[in-house]
Amino acid sequence: MSIEVERAGLQTTLQDLGRTGMQHLGVPVNGAMDEISHRLANLLVGNDEHEATLELTLNGPTLRFTEDAVIAICGANMGGSVDRQPLPWYRPIRVPSGARVVFGRPAIGCRAYVAISGGFAIEPVLGSRSTALMGGYGGYLGRALKKGDVLFPRREHEAQTIRWVRLLSRSHHGIAFPNWSVSRARMPYRVSPQPVRILAGRHWQAFPVAVREALTQGLYKVALDSDRMGYRLEGTALEARRSHDVLSESVVMGAVQVPPGGQPIVLMADHQTTGGYPIIAVVASVDLPVMAQVRPGEEIQFRMITAEEGYAASTIREHQLGRIRQSLAVKLAQV
Amino acid sequence: MAETETTPPQIFALGDRALVVEFGRTQTAAVIARVRNVAEHLLAHPLPCVTDVVPAYAVVTVHFDPIAAMAHYHVANPLDAMREAIAGAIAKTPEISKRRVRTIEIPVCYGGEFGEDIEVVAKHCRITTDELVRLHTTPTYEVAMLGFVPGFGYLSGLDRKLATPRRDTPRKRVVTGSVGIGGDQTAVYPMDSPGGWQVIGRTPKALFRVDDIASPTVLRAGDHVRFVAIDAAEYARTKAGAR
Repeated sequence: MSIEVERAGLQTTLQDLGRTGMQHLGVPVNGAMDEISHRLANLLVGNDEHEATLELTLNGPTLRFTEDAVIAICGANMGGSVDRQPLPWYRPIRVPSGARVVFGRPAIGCRAYVAISGGFAIEPVLGSRSTALMGGYGGYLGRALKKGDVLFPRREHEAQTIRWVRLLSRSHHGIAFPNWSVSRARMPYRVSPQPVRILAGRHWQAFPVAVREALTQGLYKVALDSDRMGYRLEGTALEARRSHDVLSESVVMGAVQVPPGGQPIVLMADHQTTGGYPIIAVVASVDLPVMAQVRPGEEIQFRMITAEEGYAASTIREHQLGRIRQSLAVKLAQV
Repeated sequence: MAETETTPPQIFALGDRALVVEFGRTQTAAVIARVRNVAEHLLAHPLPCVTDVVPAYAVVTVHFDPIAAMAHYHVANPLDAMREAIAGAIAKTPEISKRRVRTIEIPVCYGGEFGEDIEVVAKHCRITTDELVRLHTTPTYEVAMLGFVPGFGYLSGLDRKLATPRRDTPRKRVVTGSVGIGGDQTAVYPMDSPGGWQVIGRTPKALFRVDDIASPTVLRAGDHVRFVAIDAAEYARTKAGAR
């Protein structure tokens, strides 16, 4: 069983939940930009949430399957199809041997996640299967996929895959999928401007009131050179009260840093472990997946919330994921 | 030693998944020592739900999993519980570290094809390149923190006579092992990366070993570092031996 990359797409990388625990050595976390879509895709094929998925960016790949497999696609809808038959989103799908899965460009959103039942057979590097594009390690040879690359599912999880194939293909020979989906768990992606909730940052007080208001009242456009490391924003310049010298220290994904020019940069999954610019705000954890789906050229509308509000929203979503996990376990137990 | 005392640390939230423990606003010897000890203690005795502990110049940042922390402490807002747990661990951290300071020797072939900017730095500092090498290999440096890329240690202790501004245009690719000077700091690039520092030499020593999960980086915060000048022949021999 193998999956051949016939067309790589714009930037297709293997990602999991990240390489935590080594930031004190300068090792970045990396991992899926949209963690929720990654986790859902894994859940739908019966995987542990830590298994690697393929992260597709703006223009997806073409993948050829040499044997039956069960996959799930979540996140931005890149119009995946087999022989022009569209594949459903947010459901497990039995893909038959020989199928060529063709992805395109999404109408809304930026990244899609493809999980395969059993997970991808990739040796973890420093405890994770995530691709570190900057360091050139992890994932598939430390880089984005290229035409001709071949991926394999994990052998040790073969039994699980067989059960899923059986569950989905009782009466079909081609593509097969259940009549249910978990579409209600979809992220609230919108056409620009995308609302994104933020919390006051470590250096919030260093910015005058007018500047703080500018951040939440104006719109910020995501610049074209934005990537997995960071989103450069274009909008009202944010100037600190005085020249604010900050000693370099640890930073987080979602930190809204303000370099001297005043045009903020939001750190994303591949950010460096340390930074030396003042941090005016931090994207609430619950909205990092939304942020990950904003495309270069689109606009963001920041809205200030409290940590309590952020945690409450996260809790609701975790409960939702928990219910999905339970009902999937029930369905699988019936096989 | 005048400054052996530090004030109780202040703990600030950095978003909803990290807390920053600030031991001071300036880098006094006492602050740096306290940062080291607390980071070592938190790394050696991990608190529940903590994912990363990252020391810097005057702060230690503690990253945690908020969903796990809510469940662990049975609270809707885990910030206070995490703050308390961290404060408790800090109170238990001994004032003096038992860890022996390691001194790591880094062999460097200065100038030539390995140190393209050595003449620029020498000219800026109004010294000969020989004097530059002597001044760079004299001090014992200390790894203040790691960051930028895996294994990149910000070294403090550069002779002030060698301080040189960064290049006007950063290089798109600085080669693995390059030894650079940026302002009043010096460091080794552990991997090919973009960089704006003046490159004065190159080490054959691998500072980041991606296949060694137990100790992927040669440097850790608090280590002492000495540079030792080697010639091109020794560079080649060491490089071959390292493979």
